[in-house]
Amino acid sequence: MEATHQPEAQNMGPIGRAEKLPTAKLHAVQYFVALILAVLITGLWRLQVLNAENFRSLAEANRIRKVPILAPRGKIFDREGRLLVDNYPSVTCYLLREQVKDLNADLPLISQGLHIPLDQIQATLRRYQIAPNYQPIPLKQDITPDEQAFIAAHRDELPELETLDEQRRLYPPDGFAAHLIGYVGEVSEQMLANDDRYSLYSPGDVVGRSGVEATYDALLRGTDGSRDVIVNSHGKELGRLGQEQAIPGKDLRLTIDLDIQMAAEKVLEGKIGAIVAMDPHTGEILAMASRPTFDPNQFAVRLTKNYWNEILNNPDHPLLNKTIQAQLAPGSTFKIVMSVAGLQENIAQTMHVACNGGATFYGHFFSCDRHHGMVDINNAIPFSCDTFYYTLANRLGIDTIAKYATSLGLGQKTGIDLPDEVSGNMPSTLWKLKTQHEKWYAGETISVGIGQGAVTATPIQLARALSGIASGGVLRRPHVVFSDEVPPQMLEAIHESYPGSGEATIPLTAENWQIITDAMANVTSSPIGTAYIAHLDGVDFAGKTGTADVVGGREKNSTNKSTIPNAWFVGMTPRRNPDIVVAVLWEHGYWGNNSAKLAAQVINAFVTKQRKRDNNIHVADTPKPHTNPATSSSSKAPTPTAE
Amino acid sequence: MVRLSSYRDFDWVLLGFVLLLSLISVLEIKSATLHTKFHGFDHKQIGFLAVGLVLMFLISLIDYHRLIDISHWAYGISILSLVAVLAVGTKVLGGKRWINLGHGFHFQPSEWVKLILIVSVARFFWGLVGKELTWTDIAKAFALVCIPMALVLKQPDLGTALTYLPILICGLFLGGIRFRQVALILLGIALIGGIAVKSGKHLKPYQQARIDAFINPDSDPRGSGYQIRQSLIAVGAGGIWGKGANKGTQTQGDFLPIPYTDFIFAAFCEEHGFVGAVGVLLLYFLILMRLIQNAQTASDLPGSFIIMGVVAVIVFQVAVNVGMVVGLMPVTGIPLPLLSYGGSSVLFTFMALGIVMNIRMRRFVN
Repeated sequence: MEATHQPEAQNMGPIGRAEKLPTAKLHAVQYFVALILAVLITGLWRLQVLNAENFRSLAEANRIRKVPILAPRGKIFDREGRLLVDNYPSVTCYLLREQVKDLNADLPLISQGLHIPLDQIQATLRRYQIAPNYQPIPLKQDITPDEQAFIAAHRDELPELETLDEQRRLYPPDGFAAHLIGYVGEVSEQMLANDDRYSLYSPGDVVGRSGVEATYDALLRGTDGSRDVIVNSHGKELGRLGQEQAIPGKDLRLTIDLDIQMAAEKVLEGKIGAIVAMDPHTGEILAMASRPTFDPNQFAVRLTKNYWNEILNNPDHPLLNKTIQAQLAPGSTFKIVMSVAGLQENIAQTMHVACNGGATFYGHFFSCDRHHGMVDINNAIPFSCDTFYYTLANRLGIDTIAKYATSLGLGQKTGIDLPDEVSGNMPSTLWKLKTQHEKWYAGETISVGIGQGAVTATPIQLARALSGIASGGVLRRPHVVFSDEVPPQMLEAIHESYPGSGEATIPLTAENWQIITDAMANVTSSPIGTAYIAHLDGVDFAGKTGTADVVGGREKNSTNKSTIPNAWFVGMTPRRNPDIVVAVLWEHGYWGNNSAKLAAQVINAFVTKQRKRDNNIHVADTPKPHTNPATSSSSKAPTPTAE
Repeated sequence: MVRLSSYRDFDWVLLGFVLLLSLISVLEIKSATLHTKFHGFDHKQIGFLAVGLVLMFLISLIDYHRLIDISHWAYGISILSLVAVLAVGTKVLGGKRWINLGHGFHFQPSEWVKLILIVSVARFFWGLVGKELTWTDIAKAFALVCIPMALVLKQPDLGTALTYLPILICGLFLGGIRFRQVALILLGIALIGGIAVKSGKHLKPYQQARIDAFINPDSDPRGSGYQIRQSLIAVGAGGIWGKGANKGTQTQGDFLPIPYTDFIFAAFCEEHGFVGAVGVLLLYFLILMRLIQNAQTASDLPGSFIIMGVVAVIVFQVAVNVGMVVGLMPVTGIPLPLLSYGGSSVLFTFMALGIVMNIRMRRFVN
């Protein structure tokens, strides 16, 4: 072994007087150097020739960052083009986790500079833990100039902070029309996970969360663009490449009339309740107000904990749009539904009931608030005589009542283009069997006759039902956005997403139509009417009051606010083929005529406006004899003037 | 006895190659620091080169035998200076490697020790001429190199410490170590290494991370793998012709770590491509071949030993640095001689060249 591997060098350079290094060894070193350089060149070849394309694209990905350009949301106008919702420029601070190695070390400085509590930042980071690292996390919206200056000054220490110019929502102040318009917010994780409509959205995207903002989000939101910027490893912008412009969202015109809306908002001030005004010819909502309200501007920027708690802890549910989400006993307003049923069944025309402050049915005494004497259909409505309607209900039976009520849209959603409408309830024998597995007792029908018991309805349902009755049987789908503002496919999709009674026509003879509407006119215009106090001189104002007992409250002089009856009123002008129908719910408003006074102010605002516009002030008197538009070819109703 | 020396025998060809590389170095440092706070380092590098050239000529004047004569003193001082670094050194980037000389000057003794080691090892093997290497001789050679190496490792500066090894290996190889001895030494190292790995306290965490990153650069792209990954991207993105001077996005965008020192070759590869990189390697090849030729023509054995020591150090540093940049070696923090920015490195190289010139100029004497 050793002999064969005796180094050559010792042969070449003789031991003893070796003053020269053996040439062979130096050659060996030369070959060794050449070999090493060859290996290195092979390494370079592999990277620079074989994989150059791959590395070139990695280098490009390193230096080019896509910065989103957020599309401004569409503005929202009233029916006459008056601005309701605007945008304003705002700066949001984002956190880029990719840009930093030890994020936790920077958090105290970020917390201090941006005035966000440390634990809140950490909570935000936890929420985005599952999101990919390159995705920017919105840290704080609508930052102040001071905070912007802080970020600019700390570019080098905190390269992970990035600002983005955005357009932010500016809503009317004081919660004006807040329920109708809704608000925007970050898409929630539940929405992303459970709702197909949000499958293309990613966390942090701003979407409409309620009201028109939610229903018409797809129209309002527009399409975000992006800008390619060249950055260095600290994220500092060195230059720009190209950009894809953002497409702004579509402006939206609502059916709301700002003047009517203002009147509705004004009369509800300080009360709990709701007002909805509708054009019965089309189903266009002219005003929609609900109280208590909330400030959607607080939702547009990061919601403060205090404000959120204030809303959550308010027993009157400020976020609830009571026009479509309060399902309560309609009380005596239900009597117009009863009247349609009684007249169309040919029972009410000939019915005469002696009211002695009530009557006994099936062994129980049902009271009326007055002794009305002999009552027929013509004065039962202005009197709001319970005894008459107890008797009528008893003769019709629950299923006939339910048939007419259902055809007028009770117990179902109306299909209004707003999210989370509720359906109310209309009892029947089938309903009781289904829900309670019990048979219906005839005695239960009696209180249904005056809108108590298991009947519940929303203001929008009552407005639509009355619109249909007063228009001779033509019912419209209520809506807050003009149909021609919406692409046909989307309109179809919205109708599918918000199913309801929609458009319908019910049979109502001209005589019955006239009887009911005339009787309703007497509610406000005749001194015997329950709402005479709310009559409007020179306006053909008709309606029906309702004083609905609330659960647990029978004694009407109770001081406990929650047991005071709800005051309802549904009204319109003119009495036949009206141009406006108003439904008012005043929770714990005591008497229906209190609500009638609120409705009168809204109606008055409408009439005053119309007269001003026509510049042609007429005084309404008795309306002309009418043909039933349901049976005539003309569906266009006359204006609230008479000749 | 008068030794004839003349600048006619100065290796002007070698100096030409070296200056060409130095020019490339200055231009690439300029490009790599263009948009950084290190802007102007190219001018400082020119200063270092000027000082280096002066030192080179000065050293070429002193007969290298004088240097050999005083090498044991120099060795002693080296050891002391390394101990001094550990005691009073300035901490930079986690390692005590520098002695602050005041007025903004820092001195890194470990570079200078390299030169003394080359001369000391030459002197040691010269003394053994004509004898077969015994185990005692080998042990002495190891001790000679490993004592300063251990002190540098302690700083800790693995990179520089490793550059002492090729001096030892080259010395042993040229000094006539036998195959059986090599095999036994390797076996011993393998055994000790195995025990060290078993005991688990063999590497500092950052060293372990560098090795992990070398094995799989994509494992932790923002952490330890970052440097290697960005280096590979820079080199690869250069392609055949490169992106052009001052146009490397990896270099200019500060993605490439320290592109003016340890990763300068990656920066050069990005901007000048495969063609430029092979050109630079070719220059190294020519320089090394010229050095080996000078070793061959040296008038005596210690002269050859010294030149080959210089060759060993340069080959090692080029192999490790370029190997690191192209992903064939882990990150060690060894600068590329003649290309990387840095006074100590430049001064070492030119002083080493000074001794080489010195030896060449005296080749016909005796």
